[in-house]
Amino acid sequence: MIVPEYKILVDKELCINCRRCVFECSFGAHVYDEKKKKIVRLHEKCVGCFRCVATCPTKAIEIIRNPMLFDRHHTWKARYIRDIKIQANSGSVILTATGTDYDYPSIFDRLLIDACQVTNPPIDPLREPMETRVYIGRKPDVIDVDFNGEKVKLKTKIGPYIVAETPIMIAHMSYGALSLEAHKALAMAAKECGTYMGTGEGGLHKSLYPYADHIIVQVASGRFGVTEEYLKVGAAIEIKIGQGAKPGIGGHLPGSKVTKEISETRMIPEGTDALSPAPHHDIYSIEDLARLIAALKEATRYKKPVFVKIAAVHNVAAIAVGIANAGADAIVIDGLRGGTGATPQIMRDHVGIPIEFAIASVDRRLRQEKIRNQVSIIASGGIRCAADVVKAIALGADAVYIGTAALIALGCTVCKRCYTGKCAWGIATQDPRLRKRLNPEEGARRVANLIKAWTHEIKEVMGALGINSIESLRGNRDRLRAVGLTDAELRVLGVKVAGD
Amino acid sequence: MIVIDARNKKHKELNFEIEKYLNNGYKKIKLINVNGQRYIFAGVKGDYYLEIEGVAGDDLGAFMNGPTIVVRGNCQDAAGNTMNYGKIIIHGDARDVIGYAMRGGCIYVNGDVGYRVGIHMKEYKDKKPTIIVANTAGDFLGEYMAGGILIVLRLKSNYIGDFIATGIHGGCIYIRGYIDEDRLGYGAKIVEFNEHDKKLLEKKLKEFCTIFNYSVDKILSKEFTKIVPISHRPYGKLYTE
Repeated sequence: MIVPEYKILVDKELCINCRRCVFECSFGAHVYDEKKKKIVRLHEKCVGCFRCVATCPTKAIEIIRNPMLFDRHHTWKARYIRDIKIQANSGSVILTATGTDYDYPSIFDRLLIDACQVTNPPIDPLREPMETRVYIGRKPDVIDVDFNGEKVKLKTKIGPYIVAETPIMIAHMSYGALSLEAHKALAMAAKECGTYMGTGEGGLHKSLYPYADHIIVQVASGRFGVTEEYLKVGAAIEIKIGQGAKPGIGGHLPGSKVTKEISETRMIPEGTDALSPAPHHDIYSIEDLARLIAALKEATRYKKPVFVKIAAVHNVAAIAVGIANAGADAIVIDGLRGGTGATPQIMRDHVGIPIEFAIASVDRRLRQEKIRNQVSIIASGGIRCAADVVKAIALGADAVYIGTAALIALGCTVCKRCYTGKCAWGIATQDPRLRKRLNPEEGARRVANLIKAWTHEIKEVMGALGINSIESLRGNRDRLRAVGLTDAELRVLGVKVAGD
Repeated sequence: MIVIDARNKKHKELNFEIEKYLNNGYKKIKLINVNGQRYIFAGVKGDYYLEIEGVAGDDLGAFMNGPTIVVRGNCQDAAGNTMNYGKIIIHGDARDVIGYAMRGGCIYVNGDVGYRVGIHMKEYKDKKPTIIVANTAGDFLGEYMAGGILIVLRLKSNYIGDFIATGIHGGCIYIRGYIDEDRLGYGAKIVEFNEHDKKLLEKKLKEFCTIFNYSVDKILSKEFTKIVPISHRPYGKLYTE
């Protein structure tokens, strides 16, 4: 017996048998029984997405975690028993989505931000200009300036780089994993906020080309939808090597999701599996990576910065140095908590390292090698709030990517069923009926609201820190203090304990 | 036709020079003394003709869309990387990952090719890429192949690498002569070479044979081995919810 995860509770007094829940539930948990003329609830089908709760006109429905899923044994916790039963039935790898829900200690939650008192006073962000703009790309070693009387001319050639008005960018999530409506909402929000969104590895739908100056186009091993036009239209190019939710394994969009429109954007036949394996078989070394970076720069005539995205793994600092030396303009590091639309559970829950340690060690190593200016660091994977953004930057990041947070703003309830393609909120689905539930304009407004709200919060914190430019917070570990971390952890982070 | 001497020029310098001529309306370009310069014609779109004398470097015609390139010499790795359309004709040998994820057009090689040739090759609607190799190919030929046609003729040697078509889930590979089933990788199978295939090869080989001066009939007088995917969804049953 597999114990259902959720229980559907219906208040009989409130329920008017309107069958709205039957219509709304894409997982088949509310079913109308024609013979008995009543709605039947199949608890085992419920994924806890709350779509029925939100849409029930009389607010009669409540979803609770099944109380039977209690841990009757400390070692044999309910989640392990459940997984074993599922695998004993199927003999298959357990698939899941989002970032890990294991209770690894959050390092962000162990870090506290400084503030000015008396000396070196705070700045009032409501009255003083606060600079949250970041420049992502290579910065020169030296600036050569030509002074000609009154005129000052920059002799050093700078760039290419991209300018984001906030250090919050929207992570790469592919069209295919997401609906076109979700992709469009994110693109519109990025443009509205003067920041960027990533295409993921599924190409860029033609209808989103008007937003392309705020879109970073991704190139992964499968090269789906990658043409010279795609490379030239985006603001920057990102080579995907790895992903925090599944380091060392690749992407795989099942053929069942390759609909007509997806097939047009990915440029593959309908119904075939879209395999993007982890190994780029043309990249076996830093030299090979350098070759792909250079090929992309040549193909775009050196007008686009090229990023390289890796998962945060044990030797992330050494790998980052290699990537910097290979000529990348930015390194994207995706941490242990990074999200995904589909991953084997074992990869999501047990592979990689927390982003906090990865940022700190990459930043430090690049400084030691005296090449920190050559690359920007973009951190991602479990950025939940503006405080996480501030802490990530203070640990050494230039900017962050948010993925799950942006989707939550769109309506996601983190039910972890993205891989089923049945998202009842119209986000991670290709079903035309479900897609209609997401209005791109409304979604864009909500995502833009979130980014603007976080940016305001960041300005408040910057004011308290007495800092008026976010770039001067970058790697400024002295403005962080830790509680409840070991000496070894403090050493890696380069952060002092609170009170020190 | 404009002639550019590539001697002692770094790839960046050479490619900017080529770009200058393309922007000035030149449709035909000849490069002489090419000695491994990389990324030649990378990302170039349009109806251009390029002739190369010497050894073309890595990523020749990467991401290109339309041009015809003739290499009178050998070619290093990754020619035609993710190319969308166009033609690359190599009179000598070519090395690894030729035609990586190419989506359209064709690559003809009159010598041997290295490892992982035609990896991730795709097809889409009217686009159906073709790679034809006159002699042999190394291991992992047509790996993760998702579409298009790969033809290896083995005219001078009977050699062929191992793990042919590992992970193939689309497209088709023709190898001249007999191949044992155990040379194939995961996901591939051998099927009968029939009259329909012969007609297709006749059509595909016509231009190749004209360029390199071979007889289509003579090539087709020997049997071919046809390799196709077992499934278009090789990993369909691997995962559970």
